[in-house]
Amino acid sequence: MTGDSYNFAYLDEQTKRMIRRAILKGLAVPGYQVPFASREMPMPYGWGTGGVQVSAAVLTPEDRFKVIDQGADDTTNAVSIRSFFQRTAGVETTTATEEATVIQTRHRIPEAPLGEGQILVYQVPIPEPLRFLEPRESETRKMHSLEEYGLMHVKLYEDISRHGHIATSYAYPVKVEARYVMDPSPIPKFDNPKLNDCPAIQLFGAGREQRIYALPPYTRVTSLDFEDHPFEATKADHPCGLCGAGDSYLDEVIVDDAGGRMFVCSDTDYCESRQRQSHRGKDAA
Amino acid sequence: MYVAVKGGERAIENAHAWLAEERRGDTGVAELDIAQIREQLSLSVNRVMAEGSLYDQDLAALAIKQARGDLIEAIFLIRAYRTTLPRFGCSEAVDTGAMACDRRISATFKDVPGGQVLGPTFDYTHRLLDFKLAADGEVPPAPEREATTAPVPHVTGFLNREGLIEEAPQDDTPPPDLTREPLEMPAERPLRLQALTRADEGFTLSLAYSTQRGYGRNHAFVGELRIGTVPVEMEIPELGFAIEIGEISLTECETVNQFTGSKSEPPQFTRGYGLVFGQTERKAISMALVDRALRWKELGEDDAGAPAQDAEFVLYHCDNIQATGFLEHIKLPHYVDFQSELELVRKLRREAGADQSHAGGTS
Repeated sequence: MTGDSYNFAYLDEQTKRMIRRAILKGLAVPGYQVPFASREMPMPYGWGTGGVQVSAAVLTPEDRFKVIDQGADDTTNAVSIRSFFQRTAGVETTTATEEATVIQTRHRIPEAPLGEGQILVYQVPIPEPLRFLEPRESETRKMHSLEEYGLMHVKLYEDISRHGHIATSYAYPVKVEARYVMDPSPIPKFDNPKLNDCPAIQLFGAGREQRIYALPPYTRVTSLDFEDHPFEATKADHPCGLCGAGDSYLDEVIVDDAGGRMFVCSDTDYCESRQRQSHRGKDAA
Repeated sequence: MYVAVKGGERAIENAHAWLAEERRGDTGVAELDIAQIREQLSLSVNRVMAEGSLYDQDLAALAIKQARGDLIEAIFLIRAYRTTLPRFGCSEAVDTGAMACDRRISATFKDVPGGQVLGPTFDYTHRLLDFKLAADGEVPPAPEREATTAPVPHVTGFLNREGLIEEAPQDDTPPPDLTREPLEMPAERPLRLQALTRADEGFTLSLAYSTQRGYGRNHAFVGELRIGTVPVEMEIPELGFAIEIGEISLTECETVNQFTGSKSEPPQFTRGYGLVFGQTERKAISMALVDRALRWKELGEDDAGAPAQDAEFVLYHCDNIQATGFLEHIKLPHYVDFQSELELVRKLRREAGADQSHAGGTS
């Protein structure tokens, strides 16, 4: 594939316009899932086709684009999506969160705070937070329109009565501006507080399920909980082995076959910039 | 321009190079060319065109070659290519009644005007491996006769004259386009048929089979199965009339289904309909059975709770490109989610007193 034979950012202008309309509608009704005519992309469904279409619709030639998967810029699918836009849009790319104007992500929100003027694009596998309680789309849409979220609260309550905790550790449901219950995509619940009052625009694209939803800047986003069982953002109880950060989400890396492991930041940009500032963890070389 | 490059990129490049080498196979064996695939693997080509929703034999053959014969991968290549094409408009409805039939059979009547034409079918072959074919695939030309120009009317039309079969709905509203609008429920029949014609053959077959075994049974007869070519006409706005823009081969199946009547409908035969690109009769028959099963509501039948009656279930799961993508994506990294699950399970185990071992800690 050569860059010349396709339109800027791959999709034709009509398609981009259709996606932008869905995005605008999503921004106008935060947390509402807007159906859109998702296109077949040259990567498989499940690889981030929703995020790619949203990115394609919002990218301009002046943008600086960052792609992360599991928080890292160098995971294979992040590399693949970044090179797709390098080839089809010729945009500048970066790994630095602060420098990026558009960040496409799968499963994480960067550790560095986002600012105004930035757009965070999430890849979403199942946009419907009620899907595993009710498999029918016709039913769940009705439940959203009637604001009928009792089933979700019962599920959370049953978790507590059975396990003592809400047994959801990622894709933890949130409520947007006290109206729509929304799936934040499979980010660890550690990231949930970052959704709230965020200065950046947050866009969610689900290609296979043909849905787009959005959080405009400074939207109130609360994780579902109970007064006596308040939401708690959790992570592994260790500092990063490489940069020593105590406030970042950690990956557990198995280092030998005798149970040895180390914990490192999942956000590679955050970890590297801390190491550049001479922060050292106990496993740093 | 600063471009971020890291380890994954080389791994991907090397994987692609290896893949290309594997696709080519032993270079001591002659390479397949597109024409060979198009001519000698034509049923694969037909399936790729049908489920790829793009009628182009050479592109389908190329996709099969590129996909190393993995037909779902080939369908994916065609779909991804198809998205980049502009949509010029909508053709006139093709007239399958005027089809130049290569094959045309009815299971409901011993003989019908236009005749029973077996055509090139596997139906009465004995499935014995032909070892001669391994050495020499050349065959003498098949016997020929003059093509008849007599009309080959639809078999269901004969039943219709007696009012024994429901009227086929006539509607000239342009059908919705599944590839341009999001699928939303409830889906009307044109949209359902559109989804079924590009649905996975295996999935459609199994659903149809399930109706035969009692899950939403509607007892189908193949009223007619016809395979052949039809001209495609399109109205050109500048001309103001329709002109022929090409010819495509189609398989059409009309089933005649037993129906003893319901609260809203009199006893009469009902219809299921399948229409698929190319010679794809297993798919077309399956499609007709599933179409009929999905019509339970309009015919006032009971909802037996069968999978094939459930439009949401069928339509949301029949597309193999969506299905394979979502299925296979679980091999992508999920270690962030898995880590959060690890933390949760460790916490629950700690509290249950089950975990006496070292939870966490580095070596």
